Amino acid sequence: MNDRSNRRGGLLEKARIRLRVNGEEREVLAPVHHTLLEVLREELGLPGTKHGCELGECGTCTVLVGGQPVLSCLTLPVECEGREVTTVEGLAAGGALHPLQQAFAELGSAQCGYCIPGFLLSAAALLRERPSPTRQEIAEATAGNLCRCTGYLKILEAIELAAARMRSRMENASD
Amino acid sequence: MEDTGTTVVGERVRRPDAPDKVKGTALYIDDLALSGSLWGAVLRSPHAHARITRLDVARARTIPGVRAVLTARDIPGRNLIPMIQSDWPVLAAEFVRHVGEAVALVAAESRDLAAEALRTIAVEYERLPALLDMEEALRAGEVMAHWKVRRGDVQSALGRGDLVVVEGTYRTPYQEHAYIEPNGMIGVPDGRGGVIVYGSMQCPFYVQKAVASALGCDLARARVVQTVTGGGFGGKEDAPSAPGAQVALLAHATGRPVRLILSREEDMAVMSKRHPGRVRMRTAATRDGELVAVEVDYLLDGGAYATLSPVVLFRGTVHACGPYRIPNARVESRVVRTHKVPCGAFRGFGEPQVVFACESQMDRLAERLGMDPLMLRLKNALGEGDETITGHKLTSSVGFRDVLDRVAASSDWSRKRAEYARDAGPVRRGIGLAACYYGVGLGALGKHLNPAGASLVVAGDGSVTVAVGTTEIGQGMITVLSQIAAEALGCPVELVHVVEPDTSRVPDSGPTVASRTTVMSGNAIRDAAAKIRAAMEPVIADSGLSWREAVALCAQKQVGLAAHGWAVPPAITFDLETGQGEAYMYYTFSANVVEVEVDTETGETRALAVHSGHDTGKVINPTTGEGQVEGGVVQGLGYALVEEHALKDGRILNDQFSTYIIPTPLDVPEIRPILVEHPYAWGPYGAKGLGETPVIAVAPAVTAAIHHAAGIRLDEIPATPERVWAALQAKNAGPTASRP
Ligand code: FES
Ligand code: FES
Repeated sequence: MNDRSNRRGGLLEKARIRLRVNGEEREVLAPVHHTLLEVLREELGLPGTKHGCELGECGTCTVLVGGQPVLSCLTLPVECEGREVTTVEGLAAGGALHPLQQAFAELGSAQCGYCIPGFLLSAAALLRERPSPTRQEIAEATAGNLCRCTGYLKILEAIELAAARMRSRMENASD
Repeated sequence: MEDTGTTVVGERVRRPDAPDKVKGTALYIDDLALSGSLWGAVLRSPHAHARITRLDVARARTIPGVRAVLTARDIPGRNLIPMIQSDWPVLAAEFVRHVGEAVALVAAESRDLAAEALRTIAVEYERLPALLDMEEALRAGEVMAHWKVRRGDVQSALGRGDLVVVEGTYRTPYQEHAYIEPNGMIGVPDGRGGVIVYGSMQCPFYVQKAVASALGCDLARARVVQTVTGGGFGGKEDAPSAPGAQVALLAHATGRPVRLILSREEDMAVMSKRHPGRVRMRTAATRDGELVAVEVDYLLDGGAYATLSPVVLFRGTVHACGPYRIPNARVESRVVRTHKVPCGAFRGFGEPQVVFACESQMDRLAERLGMDPLMLRLKNALGEGDETITGHKLTSSVGFRDVLDRVAASSDWSRKRAEYARDAGPVRRGIGLAACYYGVGLGALGKHLNPAGASLVVAGDGSVTVAVGTTEIGQGMITVLSQIAAEALGCPVELVHVVEPDTSRVPDSGPTVASRTTVMSGNAIRDAAAKIRAAMEPVIADSGLSWREAVALCAQKQVGLAAHGWAVPPAITFDLETGQGEAYMYYTFSANVVEVEVDTETGETRALAVHSGHDTGKVINPTTGEGQVEGGVVQGLGYALVEEHALKDGRILNDQFSTYIIPTPLDVPEIRPILVEHPYAWGPYGAKGLGETPVIAVAPAVTAAIHHAAGIRLDEIPATPERVWAALQAKNAGPTASRP
C-alpha cells in the first residue's frame, strides 16, 4: 500500500471549498488533503474525470482550469478557487456534443474510452489557442495523455476533423 | 470471393457505446458509487519467497471503522483460485511465493482506515532462497508444462550437409498490459449467502468460478457482472479472478458492499504480464530457399503460479515455426515456475516471443541465401492444401500469400529495399518484414471452454436485447455483435441493444480471448436469431411488413419472440504426445512491413511506417477492424522498442508510467491497416476474428528493418538506443563492418 491512500476517505480534517465547475458555483466539504480529482469524483459527483495513476503520468485525469489543461490528480482544489474548472461533463454545451466529442464518436476514436475525457480536454485547450494545428502540434499537445487501445491515430484524426469543422463554423458565423 | 449479400455486416456502423464514452457518462467500476460501500485493501508480501512465521490481525480488528480483517484461515470455501492447475491461493497461507502476493484483506469505512489497518497487521517472515532466473528454474526441474511437436525427422534432415542452416538464441522481455483503467471490483452481498461481483474484467465466468470456490457457494449464488472496462489485452483475463474472490470474501464477511480498486503501482506490481521468453532455434533450407527443417527450444518464465501459462505455452509451441510449409519440425517447449509475479494471458498469448525468434531466423536465412526476405516467405508460404507443423491440413480460407502481396504493394517493398540500402549518412532508413499466423479460438487444450451462448429478447416496440457471455473491452464487441444480430434478424441495427455481460443471463460462454468473440458469440446470436425468425415467418408470411410491423403482428398473434442460442465449434483432434493434429479450428494470417530510421550515432530508432496486413475473413466493421490493427501495432512497437521491466530480488522496480514507458502520441508512425477477406465458412458471414494478430509480428519486422538500416542483428528486444548503440559498436569493432 502506498501513502497516497491516506488521501481518500478519511476522518481527517475537512475544509470548505468553493469551486466554479462547468459554469456552476459549487461548495463542498472535503478532507484537506484531497486532490481536485478526488473532490470532483467523490464529492461533486462528477466521475467523468478518470484516474489511471494518480501520479501525474497518464493524463487521463486532465481537466481545464482557467482554460489551461491541468492534471487534476496533482492539483489541490484551493489552487482553483476563483477560476473556472471544466471537466468532460462540461464540454457539451446545452446538450449538444462539442465538435470534438462528435468527431471522436464518428471516427471510432474511443475504444475502451477510459483515456478519452483527458484527450478531449487537452484537445479543447489546444484548439482554443490554435484553430489550425498541424498533426505534430496535436501530438505535442496530447503527448501527456496515454492511450493503450487505439494506437492514437483515430484520436489525432478526430482532433483534426473537429478543428476543421470548428473553423468552418467560425467562418460561416463571420460571413 | 463469395458475395455474402449482407446489408449491415461489413458497414462502418457507429459504436453504440461511443456517446457515453465521449460524454464521460460511461460508468467504469470506480465510478459506481454504491451507497455505504466499504474500502477494501490487500496486505502484500514484500518478499519473493518466505515462510509466514507470524500473522496477527487482532489489533487491526479493533480499530474503529475497520469492518473485517481476513486471512487464509477465514476463507469459508477453498483457498485456491480454480484455474488450469489450481495452485494459486486467494490468500497466502504458510508461504509467500512472489513479491506482492496477497496475505491478508481488510475492509474499512474509508481508504485511510483501510491503509491504517494494513499497517497494524503484525506479520513476520522467514526468508527463503528464491528462484528468480528461468534457466535456473529449468535446471531445478521446476517445469509447469512441457509440450512438443514432432514432424518428420529433423535430425537426419539437419545431417544432410547440403542445407543452409542458421541458428540463434532470442530473448524477449516482460510486457505490461498497461490498460489505462487499473483493475477494480465491487462485491455486494446478495442477502442469501452469495455475493454479486461487479468489475473490470474480460472473463466473468472465470471470476464466477473463483468467487463460488472461495465462498463455498453455488455458482448461481456467485453472480458476476462486467462493468464498462477500461482496456484488457489479456490482463483482465485470468488475473481479475484474484481481486474478484477477495472482494467477495470481504463483502461476505461484512455483509456490506466493498470496493477494491488497485492503485497503478499495485496493479503493475502484482497483476499478470507477458511472459519473458528465451528461444533457441535452428532453421535449415535448401540453397534455393526451400525450408526443410526447423528445431525449436522454447522457454517461458511463468512466475509463481500456473494461471494460464500451460495454454499460453501451447499456442507458442504449435505456431513456433511460422506460417510456412516445413516437412521436418521438432519443437520442445517448457514454462517454468519462479518466485516472481505470475505471468498470464496477453494479446498474442505465447506467440510474440517465439515469432520474434522464428521471423528473425527467416530474415537471417534470407541474408545467408542472398534472397529477398519477401521472396523467401512467398516461396514457403502456407496455402490451401498445405499442412501446418502439427499436420493440420488447411483446406480453405488461407489468405497468407495475398497478405504478403498486399503489404509489399502498400509499402513499395522492392523499391524501398533498394533505395534505403543506399542511405549513407548517420541517420539511415531500413525496411523489414515479418509474418505470423494465429489459430483462432481456444484450441486443442481449451476446447471444453469453447461453446458460447446468447439470449435474444424482442420487445413489443421491435427493440432487441442481446445478452452474451463475452465482454466489450474496447475492441468493439458491442458494435460487431449488434451488426450480426441486426443482419440475422433482419432488423435495423439501431434497435439492437447488447447489454452488459452477466453470468445469470447466459450459460458459461468461456472467456473473451483468443480473438474468438466475433465468431463464437456471433454464431450463438445467429442461432438464437434463426429461432426467432422461425417463430415469425408463419405469422408474417410474405406480407412485406417492416420489422416493427412484423413484431407488432407477432404480439397481436401472441407469438413470443425470445430465444437462447448456443454455438459449438467443429470438433478437433490433437495428440499431445506427438504434437500432431488440429491445434486450432482455423487460422488468421498476418504480415507487417515496417520502415524505420536509425540514428547510428545515438542508437535511436524511430518507426516511420507500418503496413499491417491481416487475413481475418469477412470484416464485420472496417472501423473497429482498423482500430484493432492500429492499437495492436502500436503495442507491438512498444514491445519492440521501449517496453521492459527491471526486477531486483523479484521486485519490479519500474511500476509507474514514468518508469515503464509506453508509446505516446508523439511515437506513432503512419499505419496502414490492410484487411484481406478470405471468408471462413463456419464463421458468421465468413468472419475469423482479429483481436490479437496485430501485435504479434511487429517486433521482428522492426529488428529486420534495423538490420536493413544499420547492419546489426538484435537477438533481444526491446531495441533501446543503448542496445542498438552497443550492437553498432560491436559491429564496428568486428571484422565484417559492411552494410548488408
Ligand atoms: S491520474 Fe492524473 S495523470 Fe494519471
Ligand atoms: S481508448 Fe482505451 S485507453 Fe484509450
